[in-house]
Amino acid sequence: MKYVDEYRDPKLAKGVAATIAAEVDPGRTYRFMEFCGGHTHAISRYGVEDMLPKNVAMIHGPGCPVCVLPVGRIDDAIRLASDPRVTLCTYADLMRVPASRGTSLLKARAAGADIRMVYSTLDALRIAEAEPDREVVFLAIGFETTTPPTALAIKQAKTMGLPNFSVFCNHVLTPVAMRAILAGESGEATRLDGLVGPAHVSTVIGARPYEFVASDYVKPVVISGFEPLDVMQSILMLIRQINGGRCAIENQYVRAVTSDGNARAQKEMAEVFDLRESFEWRGLGLVPHSALRLSDAFAAFDAERRFDIHTVAAADNPACECGAILRGAKKPTDCRLFGSLCTPETPMGSCMVSSEGSCAAHYVYGRFRDRSRARIERAAS
Amino acid sequence: MNLVMKPVRRKLDMRNGRVDLSHGSGGRAMAQLVSDIFHEAFDNDWLRRNDDQASLDAPAGRLVMTTDGYVVSPLFFPGGDIGSLSVHGTINDIAMAGATPKYLSASFIIEEGFALAELQRIAQSMGEASRAAGVPIVTGDTKVVERGKADGVFISTAGVGVLPDGLSLSSDKARPGDAVLVSGSMGDHGVAIMSRRENLEFGVEILSDSAALHGLTASMIAVAGGALRVMRDPTRGGLAAALNEIAHQSNVGFAIAEDMIPVKPQVAAACEFLGLDPLYVANEGKLMAICAPESAETLLGVMRAHPLGRDAALIGHVVEDERNFVEMTTHFGGGRIVDWLSGEQLPRIC
Amino acid sequence: MCLAIPAQVTELLDDNMARIDMGGVSKAICIALVEDVEVGDFVVVHVGYALSKIDAEEAERTLTLLREVAAMETPS
Repeated sequence: MKYVDEYRDPKLAKGVAATIAAEVDPGRTYRFMEFCGGHTHAISRYGVEDMLPKNVAMIHGPGCPVCVLPVGRIDDAIRLASDPRVTLCTYADLMRVPASRGTSLLKARAAGADIRMVYSTLDALRIAEAEPDREVVFLAIGFETTTPPTALAIKQAKTMGLPNFSVFCNHVLTPVAMRAILAGESGEATRLDGLVGPAHVSTVIGARPYEFVASDYVKPVVISGFEPLDVMQSILMLIRQINGGRCAIENQYVRAVTSDGNARAQKEMAEVFDLRESFEWRGLGLVPHSALRLSDAFAAFDAERRFDIHTVAAADNPACECGAILRGAKKPTDCRLFGSLCTPETPMGSCMVSSEGSCAAHYVYGRFRDRSRARIERAAS
Repeated sequence: MNLVMKPVRRKLDMRNGRVDLSHGSGGRAMAQLVSDIFHEAFDNDWLRRNDDQASLDAPAGRLVMTTDGYVVSPLFFPGGDIGSLSVHGTINDIAMAGATPKYLSASFIIEEGFALAELQRIAQSMGEASRAAGVPIVTGDTKVVERGKADGVFISTAGVGVLPDGLSLSSDKARPGDAVLVSGSMGDHGVAIMSRRENLEFGVEILSDSAALHGLTASMIAVAGGALRVMRDPTRGGLAAALNEIAHQSNVGFAIAEDMIPVKPQVAAACEFLGLDPLYVANEGKLMAICAPESAETLLGVMRAHPLGRDAALIGHVVEDERNFVEMTTHFGGGRIVDWLSGEQLPRIC
Repeated sequence: MCLAIPAQVTELLDDNMARIDMGGVSKAICIALVEDVEVGDFVVVHVGYALSKIDAEEAERTLTLLREVAAMETPS
């Protein structure tokens, strides 16, 4: 596969790992957060952490829109889907997210709700067109990567005059979330030395929106491609900046990301969406100006207005450490519920819900390392 | 004057006819359906007797029996259909024990309104698969349910076979040091099915690998039966499910290498597209075998000499591990575990 | 939600759609978000939409840099 295989080359990986090991300052630790859930998944799936020196720690950030969607919004989606007139179209990732009272979209479907998994908004539009007596609602989630496709679908529905199509919008914004994480730094436990910036969000928004990280928080950002070699190169670039006392926004994913991003996509987003005053994020609480809703011009396609949805906030399990984990203050293994009550089959909180969440990634790919650590700790005590 | 009137027996309208409730009622209509479609396709002495059961010579040795249900959707897919799949799958369950499959039964639950032409296609496909494998379908049953109560047709099968003396393969027999072999590329069947699923349609030239493996297993047993611990065909849940199950049953772990696991480039690309892991994708014509390490080379040679084992490979070894992890060195060089599948593998968008 | 794959445009279709190929897998996707797409171009595809083109020169430059970095230290 072109533009994929080359960036997974194990020989190059060994070489880059050796260079990283040679260039790190043995007298300090480096703590980098990869913001994007896709990077979390890639790091776990390819075992990238095995290739990094012990004094480089990767903190997994909240860039997983499935993980940060609050329970109240899933409850709303389930309630919508339980309306016999409604066909709810959703990305497959959301099916198992736990909602209130042990429900989920998957369980709602088993109970008879018309919930259909789609690959794309285009599929949802097709369903709305083919089944005019169904109220087709598209459950929209995602950061700026996924928002332009939703914008186009809404515009397409308006052009086609599709009366039975609407969108339940939960799109969220990356730079604002980054600021919330950085503002929450409160000491050594949460210290971050730099950020690995998202790959495909950046193809849309460009590199400029991250400049505040360098100017306001004095931390470097390297926008990284999606493949494991991209991630390793980006980590090396961050290490070099820190060692050299520099602090800039750099772009490693030059083959797909430009400074200005995708102007057309940005224009579509600006036309269809408005900024919400605030939005609740699972694990982060209320974050102002962090999410989007449909603008008045497209109100007719807004499921919240059409179905008069008023979200009721629902609390997370009190023992759940997702909030601290999303901010990088704690690790999955620091949570009492991890691996016992909270597993991928029985997720209690956001970090275990999607394969990109820190806890899920660690559980599915990485928890075998806990044994060696536990053995070392037992031997030391 | 002819006083003895015999009703004119109308032929089934295979082109445009549909199954209706009378075909399940036990009366003439059902007898005709069974005869014209199933007996015609499976054709053998037992079925020609038209009994409700088949009388079989009891073979010498230990009897092996299996039962399976087939609910695949879509019914017809690149490389096969629910019919051929049911024959191959049942035979494979017997073959994985090291047994020689002898007889099959097939029971059909058909939805009212199902096209006779499609039923005939499925039956013909089963007949062909059964003949090619040399394992007859000796008895069966037919039921018809109301529209909406079955997804076209469901097939339930049973199979019996005979185990050679002294052979006793089992999931609890894997031991540290044993070699892990696979007979060929992983993930073909699941990708072929998914490429035809609604809302996921993509163009790819992958055929299901649906095939009967008893010829392959027989040749493996002839050469190194004593060295084999367990064989498993990695169907639902893929290779990952098979390895995790055996790890738990045998109370061991596995150390495997991603680079050693054969995956066709198009299957890899389709999985990339959908965010799936080929290790979790179903296979219907492949087997995994665990054997004593000193016999691995010999077994590989025998497998590669067989048309269904050309791409056979050694993918790793059994290790001591009380936590029963399947550890894998990735292509990239780092390590990860191949864990149990959580629920159904839904295509990942993230 | 970043799963995006690089794919090659093999055919331009009506309604701002195009057929892409990735490792032998083909699908029809929407190219309305990217300007001046031509057959032969590589694009990044996410949930059925192309988000940007892949710049072949920049891709090669990245690989060259990676090779240089990898060659710097002989693994011990």
